Parts: sequence; C-alpha cells; structure tokens
Amino acid sequence: MTSDLIVFLVLSLVAISAALGMLFSRNAVYSALFLVLNFVTVAVFYLLLGAPFIAMTQVTVYAGAIMVLFLFVIMLLGAENLPPSDALPWQKPLAVLLSAILAVEAIYLLFMNARTNMAIAAPEASVNTMENLREMAMTLFNQFLLPFEVTSILLLVAMVGAIVLTKQEKGGRS
Amino acid sequence: MDWTIWLEWFLKGLILCLLLLTGFAYLTLYERRALARIQIRVGPNRAGPQGLLQPIADAIKLIFKEELTPAKVYRFVFILAPVLTVVPSLIIAAVIPLGTSFMLFGREITLYVANLNVGVLYLMSIASIAVYGIVLAGWSSNNKYAMLGGIRSSAQMISYEISLGLCFAIAILLGNSMNLNDLVEAQRNIWFVVVQPAGALVFMFVVLAEVNRAPFDMPEAEQELTAGYHAEYSGMKFALFFMAEYQKMIVVSMIGATLFFGGYREPWFMTGWLNGLFSVDRFWFLGPAYLFIKVILLLFFMIWIRATWPRIRYDRLMALGWKILLPLTLVIAFITATGILLQQELNNPLFYWSIPILSIICLLAAVAFIYRDLRRKSHGRF
Repeated sequence: MTSDLIVFLVLSLVAISAALGMLFSRNAVYSALFLVLNFVTVAVFYLLLGAPFIAMTQVTVYAGAIMVLFLFVIMLLGAENLPPSDALPWQKPLAVLLSAILAVEAIYLLFMNARTNMAIAAPEASVNTMENLREMAMTLFNQFLLPFEVTSILLLVAMVGAIVLTKQEKGGRS
Repeated sequence: MDWTIWLEWFLKGLILCLLLLTGFAYLTLYERRALARIQIRVGPNRAGPQGLLQPIADAIKLIFKEELTPAKVYRFVFILAPVLTVVPSLIIAAVIPLGTSFMLFGREITLYVANLNVGVLYLMSIASIAVYGIVLAGWSSNNKYAMLGGIRSSAQMISYEISLGLCFAIAILLGNSMNLNDLVEAQRNIWFVVVQPAGALVFMFVVLAEVNRAPFDMPEAEQELTAGYHAEYSGMKFALFFMAEYQKMIVVSMIGATLFFGGYREPWFMTGWLNGLFSVDRFWFLGPAYLFIKVILLLFFMIWIRATWPRIRYDRLMALGWKILLPLTLVIAFITATGILLQQELNNPLFYWSIPILSIICLLAAVAFIYRDLRRKSHGRF
C-alpha cells in the first residue's frame, strides 16, 4: 500500500506541476505540451485505480486526438507567442472574483459535509477491476444507455455546428 | 513479487528493444535490396557477403556525421522531438505476443512483455501519441517546409486513425476480446483475413498512411517540401527519425499479422499435418518463426507498394481517407457485427460466411467509386 502512496504522491506532483506550467507558459505550444503531460499523468492515475480502459481512452482521446488538433490550430495560426500585454483588461479581476466564489462554495460544501450521504447510483464494484471491459460495456449500454446516446447527439450537434460555421456559401462573400 | 519477476520483465523488454533495433537495421538493407531487385538493379552488395554488413557501415557513418542545430530553433523541443518519435515505436510492441511460452530453469517464460486486458486500446493510444514527434519536429525547426510537413502529418494521421480504429474494432468483434493473446487464440481454427479480407486490406493501407510510407509519405515529399519535417535534422537525430519510421513498419506488420493473419499460430489448415509437427502447441519455438515469416511477407508488401506506386496528391489523400475509407470501414464493421450477431442468434453459419462476401462487394464498390471519380476529375478539370 505504501508503494501505491509514493507513486500517487509523485504523480500528483507531476500533474500539478504540469498544470501550473500550462498556465504560466508564455508560449502556446509549450502550454499545449504541458497539458498533454497532465493528461498522460491523469491516465496513469486511472491505471493506479485499476481502470485500464479509462486510462487508455484518456490517452487516445485527449492526448492523442484533441491536443493534436489544438497544436494543429496553434501552428496554423502562428499563435505560439502571446503578446506581453493583456488583451482583455477586465478579465483578470473577473477571473479572481469567479474563482474566489467557486473556492468558497467548494470549501463550504466540503466542511459542511453537505449531501455526502446522498449517494449517486454507483455501478457495481466489478466495473473497477482489471477484468472490467465486458462489465463496463454492459453497464454503459444497459444502465446508462440514454445518457450515452444523448452524449453522442451532443457531439454530433457540435460537429454540425462547426461545419455550418466554416462552410462557404456559394455566391456569398469571400 | 520477488526479484526474479522484475529480472524477467527487464530482460524481456530489453530483448524486445534489441530485436526491434536489429530489425530496423536489417530492414533498411532488405528494403534497398528488394527495391533494387524490382528496379532491375543489384543494390548494396559490397559490405560483407551479399551486403550483410551494410547496416553497420551506415550506422558508423551516421554516428560520425556532423550534427547541426540551426540558429533559431526552439532548442528543447527540437531535441525532444526525435525522442518522442522513437519511444512510441518501441513501446507499442510490448503487448504483441511473439509466441506461447517455454520452460527455463523451472519457470514458465511467456513470450510477451505485457498481457494487457485492453491490448488493442493500448496499441491505439500509443499510435495516437506517435504523431507528436513529427508535429513538434516540424514546428521547432523554425522552417516553413518542415512546418508544412508537420501540419500535413498531423492532419493525415488523425484522419486515418479513425479508419484504423474501426479496423481494430473489426478484429475485436471477430475475436470477441481486446486482449491480443485471446485474439491470436481465436484464430486457431481460421484466420480473420479469411473471414474479413476487406478489413485486412483496408488495415494494410491505413497503416501505410499512419507510418507515413509511400504512397502516403506526404510529410516528407521530396519534390514539394525538400524533406518535410526532418529537413533541419542531421546526424544521429536524423537517424532517430529514420529508425522510428522503420521500427513502425516492423511493428505495424506485427500488429497486422496478429490481428488478421493468425499472429504466432501456424496456418489453420496445417495444425493436423504430420501429427501436429508444424503446430505451435507442440514446439514453442515455431511461434516466433511463424510470426517472423508473416512480418517479412507483410514488409515485402509495403516495399512492393513503394516501388510501384506514385505518391498521391494531398487533397486526394484526404478525400480517400474521409470520403472512401471511413464509410467503407464503417460499413464493413457493421456487416461484421451484424453477421456475428445473426449467426449467434439464429445459429446459422450461413450468416457468418456472408461477412466476407458482402465485405468484398463493398470493397469493390469503393474501388469502382474511386475509379469513376478519378476519371471524371481528369476529364472535367483539364
């Protein structure tokens, strides 16, 4: 158990450092790379928790597909280097205010122990084992079929929206 | 969890890496000799008998070459990129079973590094990570041609990854498992290439695009981009990119052999011959040998294509990926799933054997569509 704890501590150090590096890097490509490192670390966390399927999906989807597209866009736009001054002056105080509200809310809920007894309908424990693929598929496609399908429709709508926005109409401008 | 297990893992990983490195060295020789033979030349035959020492000569030359770092590169990423390209091409082989197992010093040594429950997904995730090295090499070189190569490769690899995933899904459906060992065992009675020939063929083409091989080697198209993403690299850093490309060729051949050509198993009709003399169940060392033969044949397929096909135009590459291969693999996966389901529900093998027939019909329809499109474009535009 102690070895797990050591691994966890080291990993969380890496994850937090990567997240901070992502935030404070002045170069968008380095930010993206820090974020990739963060995603991979989170995937290792999932492995540590005995959920290899989610770990692999995390790497494939987030590190492998989404961040590659981010990098692609950053490179195409040539937007690596941020200008030294802030483009939006009102953004910083607003961000501080909003995150302060979030922090207060989170601390309040944490210390008041509010609603911790109301358990969410948890899937069976067998999902969280190494032999979990079949179990997980059964849970996903039986118990959570409707949310699953709704999610896919959400993604489809986003895709259609992107295509509509970028499509040039015939005879229109540009 | 005693130390011998650690030692076994370490040694197996080391041997696998050494195998891939040696394989890379001799694959370059194999490719050059095969290309030469196809083009009615002789190829490298001076260093050692039949040119067998040529890879060593190449390695020595590359080590002693001057290594340049251009002035305005992003230095850290510039050095990181070749490493990020090589490492995935090595570690992806960890889940591929090379054989069954044998006894050594009273303990059973299995011929794979990791027996992962989600092996196919592991392949998928490492393959999707592999694009970073090329993209970052293109970006950090601070060179427009290199940048274009990097952008091309990321667009290409993402586009073809979808079809690749669906090809994996076909094999998973047929084998009813994501574990590569189970997939090989499931091909004991018949190889998946017989059940799903269209899937195997599409898989081979998609992996050609994934490893940036001809005719899909757009990221390094000489005529357009000089050398693409590795234009600014020299010496050992260039050698790392070179190494990664050839190791990826070996690894995707191993994956293709495992998913569709029975992995380390003998051809299914040979199991009963001569009282099982050719069977892996009887002699464990036949497993790596069968896999080796299959990999050599699949590599020859890749080299053959490189020798005979011209590079395709970039817009056609994207059109092929999105408009032909993606719908085709979707339909093939659907046919496979439906066929298996109907066979299980109605207990009629006829449905199972309708899978190859319908898939081949779909493949032919796709080929006819490509042919018609190419004809129409060449008449319409010029």
